[in-house]
Amino acid sequence: MQNFPWLTVLVAAPAVGALVVWLVPGPVRRHARQIAIGWSVVVLAVGVAMATQFDTGGGYQFVERYCWVPQFGIQYYLGVNGIGLLLILLSLLLVPLVLLAATKEQSTPSRQAHYAALVLVLETFMVAVFAARDVFVFYVLFEAMLIPVYFLIGSFGGENRRPAALKFLLYSLAGGLIMLAGVIAVWTQGPQGEQGFSLDALTGYEWGSVTEERLIFLSFFVAFAIKAPMYPVHTWLPDAAQAAKPGTSVLLVGVLDKVGTFGMIALCLPMFPNAARWAAPVVIALAVISIFWGAFLALGQTDILRMIAYTSVSHFGFIVLGIFAFTQTAAVGSSFYMVNHGLSTGALFLLAGFLIAKRGTQDMTQMGPGLQRTTPALAGTFLVVGLSAVALPGLSTFVSEFMVMAGTYQTHRWWAIISALGVIMAALYILLAYQKIFTGPKREDLTGVRDLSLREAWVVGPLIALMLVLGFYPAPALNTLKEPASDVLSVVDGARAPVAVLPDSSDQEGGE
Amino acid sequence: MMFHQSILNTDATGIAIEWDRLAPVLIVLGAAVVAVLVEAFVPRKARRPVQIILSILAVVASGLMTLMMALAPSDYISNTVAGVAVNLDPAALYIQLAVATSALLGLLVIADRTVQGEDAFTPQAASVPGSEYEDQARRAGLVQTDVYPLVLFATGGMMLFPVAGDLLTMFVALEVLSLPLYLLSGMARHRRLLSQEASLKYFLLGAFASAFFLFGSAWVFGATGSLNLYVIAGSMTELGMDPILLVGVILICVGLFFKVGAVPFHSWTPDVYQGAPTPITGFMAACTKIAAFGALLRVLYSVVPSLKVDLKPALWTVAILTMVLGTVVGVVQQDVKRMLAYSAIAHAGFILSGLVTFTTDGLTGSLFYLFTYGVATVGGFGVIALIREVDGEGHMRGEATALDQWRGLGRRSPVLAGAFSCFLLTFAGIPLTSGFVGKFAVFSAAFGDGAWALGLTGLACSAVAAFFYFRVIVVMFFSGEPAQPARGGLGIGVRTNGLTQVAITVALALTLVLGVVPGWFLDFTQSLSYFIMP
Repeated sequence: MQNFPWLTVLVAAPAVGALVVWLVPGPVRRHARQIAIGWSVVVLAVGVAMATQFDTGGGYQFVERYCWVPQFGIQYYLGVNGIGLLLILLSLLLVPLVLLAATKEQSTPSRQAHYAALVLVLETFMVAVFAARDVFVFYVLFEAMLIPVYFLIGSFGGENRRPAALKFLLYSLAGGLIMLAGVIAVWTQGPQGEQGFSLDALTGYEWGSVTEERLIFLSFFVAFAIKAPMYPVHTWLPDAAQAAKPGTSVLLVGVLDKVGTFGMIALCLPMFPNAARWAAPVVIALAVISIFWGAFLALGQTDILRMIAYTSVSHFGFIVLGIFAFTQTAAVGSSFYMVNHGLSTGALFLLAGFLIAKRGTQDMTQMGPGLQRTTPALAGTFLVVGLSAVALPGLSTFVSEFMVMAGTYQTHRWWAIISALGVIMAALYILLAYQKIFTGPKREDLTGVRDLSLREAWVVGPLIALMLVLGFYPAPALNTLKEPASDVLSVVDGARAPVAVLPDSSDQEGGE
Repeated sequence: MMFHQSILNTDATGIAIEWDRLAPVLIVLGAAVVAVLVEAFVPRKARRPVQIILSILAVVASGLMTLMMALAPSDYISNTVAGVAVNLDPAALYIQLAVATSALLGLLVIADRTVQGEDAFTPQAASVPGSEYEDQARRAGLVQTDVYPLVLFATGGMMLFPVAGDLLTMFVALEVLSLPLYLLSGMARHRRLLSQEASLKYFLLGAFASAFFLFGSAWVFGATGSLNLYVIAGSMTELGMDPILLVGVILICVGLFFKVGAVPFHSWTPDVYQGAPTPITGFMAACTKIAAFGALLRVLYSVVPSLKVDLKPALWTVAILTMVLGTVVGVVQQDVKRMLAYSAIAHAGFILSGLVTFTTDGLTGSLFYLFTYGVATVGGFGVIALIREVDGEGHMRGEATALDQWRGLGRRSPVLAGAFSCFLLTFAGIPLTSGFVGKFAVFSAAFGDGAWALGLTGLACSAVAAFFYFRVIVVMFFSGEPAQPARGGLGIGVRTNGLTQVAITVALALTLVLGVVPGWFLDFTQSLSYFIMP
């Protein structure tokens, strides 16, 4: 089955689904959302089937390669390694959950159909971007993703959605444009030829000069930092998350922003290893600032969606820190962190969405206090999901956060110690939020609020279950991620003298 | 010297005329002459259909001839067509093909009229706006059919402009293409004062630019003793930095920059684009730009390569100024046609930034860019031509060009708004549109040549320009109806005979196809990206 075009099918299927959902005639239109959910479940099944064929030690797999624009060295070139595979599975998993959660978010059947279609279009781009092995194709998808997200925020969001959508678009376009300069430079300064943009040709490529490599690295890195988002270019995210529907935010923060960190580890490091080493101290400093900046601002928020957005800024700080620590443990930890963050923050946004729907406000101080007495199940779920953001042992987030810090400690002792303080702040912002909303005496005026329904439980259930499973038995995921991480690091190490400490990752795999 | 002797002293019979190589130009100009006779002799009722069929056939035939030659360029390229008056270079062939394509699409838009039988042109151009006479002409159902021969003459001039082998032929072509456009600009059915103002401005400034061109030719003739481009090129390597020659070349470039719409010779563009009848704006914006760039390419690539080092600073400055001014001023425009006019200026700058590298990559990029930009421009103005004002009683009026009137157009005319969005995306250079491939080609040529300043300015300007393109999309799709009705009523897509829709569809298809699978067309462009050297 290795010859089956898995990735193309996974890329095309959601697009076909989107078209169907868009075009369904009037009477069936009421069921557009159900069609979309069914379709996305089928796509998820195909993704899982593909994953069973995956060989954890086999490098890039399911490779498809066709000439596209030979004049510019552009190929239709897809392939995934462990990181790409897990992120694709994450996207495939989140889409049906988001659609399932979005029942009451849209007023009319026609708007529901549009929403579902846009989500499916986005799914196409998400799968493709994690599978792209051609820098140009990656860039195009990186930009193309903006369009569905822009519409998802701009047409379906809440108050202030248009300024937020525009801010998101301008930030991303600015980043994309800086990256475009880099992409063009990769072509003119790179190996050229009919495969001038393939990552195979560009991995470890010897650039003409040190300055050249650094400039091109920067152009890519800035775009990825905006996408990730890192301090100081993170300000679009809270606005976007606040104005967008929680379902949109799940995909925006859970998957889309991963494109930034994915780009760092899959593009920046292999293509510009020397420049990455050169920039690492600054990047690590910015990552640690992100951890604290995000956490501090999360503490001060009253809007629940804004708070979650800021916690994500903090989490992305950890991911970037792990990537630029250049140790095996930290690299595997960061890659795993990306997946876990998608699960954890995705669940948090979905729960926030339910809370908002039930209480009719995004303001945490007005949602509670005392909601726990009327909605115990919702409170419990929120607490578990919230603690996953704090990296509670037993949940998968703990494994990844621990690995990032342990791995960072090997090369950057003090940064690792400082970043550990971020965990304390995480506990603060989550528990304070929980306190604001849920704790306190029973209130009569809240009795009408309904607890977690079966549908809602089905939405967050799979995410919590996955976090638990991966928390206690992370080995399959870590094995999948081991090889990509060591591949990247061998390029980075090969570029210059080997790192002082070459960590051994095998004893980390037990996790908890 | 020998060449110029042969031009000035030979009787016509002494020159071999290669009819096949000249056919694209001659077919169009011949059809134009026939069209004038049609005006005189065909009864009024039949005139319009006859004119439309004649002009479309002529442009199609001419385009097919060009295509045939472009597919086997080595059989046809020659620098001694009609004596030495015409140089059929591969790049010039490509330009001719681009002109023919855009002209055909433009003609479809020009020939279209609403289901009520109203086209874009005033029935009696000579009548005073708002006068009793004008009213009578309209009620009598007079139809303006002089448009077609004029368009054909302009197209003929445009076909000749890029293949001209000497400065005199080039000047004649310049005038043949310009004079009809001056007239056409003044013939709008609605807002006639604006249209006549545009016409007059265009004429005065255009005449000025032509004078520059002619004056420059005279200086060059003074320095080299010839008007033939190859002879000039030859003497240029001998003379080097001869001040008289340099002044002449710069003056010629000024004339061409004017036609291209490059800063600081751009000032006519917004007024003329806004005032001219929209179908004419589309035709002119696309075809004139292509043809003028063709002539500029010829002058820069085959005549002055020996001066390119000296000219580069000036050309760089012009390119950067053009990009920056076009985008920055474009941002504050509130009129869709004016906005596209400034966008046209910016695009001239983008094309220039590829062109001034003097590399094959730059040439390929510019040519590809010109073709795709021309097609998208005709399509874009085609959409504008269909968006009309509707007043309180539901009467259709002139074109709704104020941005305010486009609010909510996405709901009223979703298909047109969608098509226009696609054209805006290609102007913005969004991936998977032809505009992106063009931008990628010219900027990578600039970067590859070490012209970082040009490339980076281009990218920055693209970002700013994307803002105003997106603003229109936002206005169309996201903004609600305005609180108080826009002046002149909201715009809505008008029902027509369908020719414009055909043009828009073709332009859209080309834009998307050349954006998604550009490989084959880039190959084709590359195969024609050179000038024959003497």
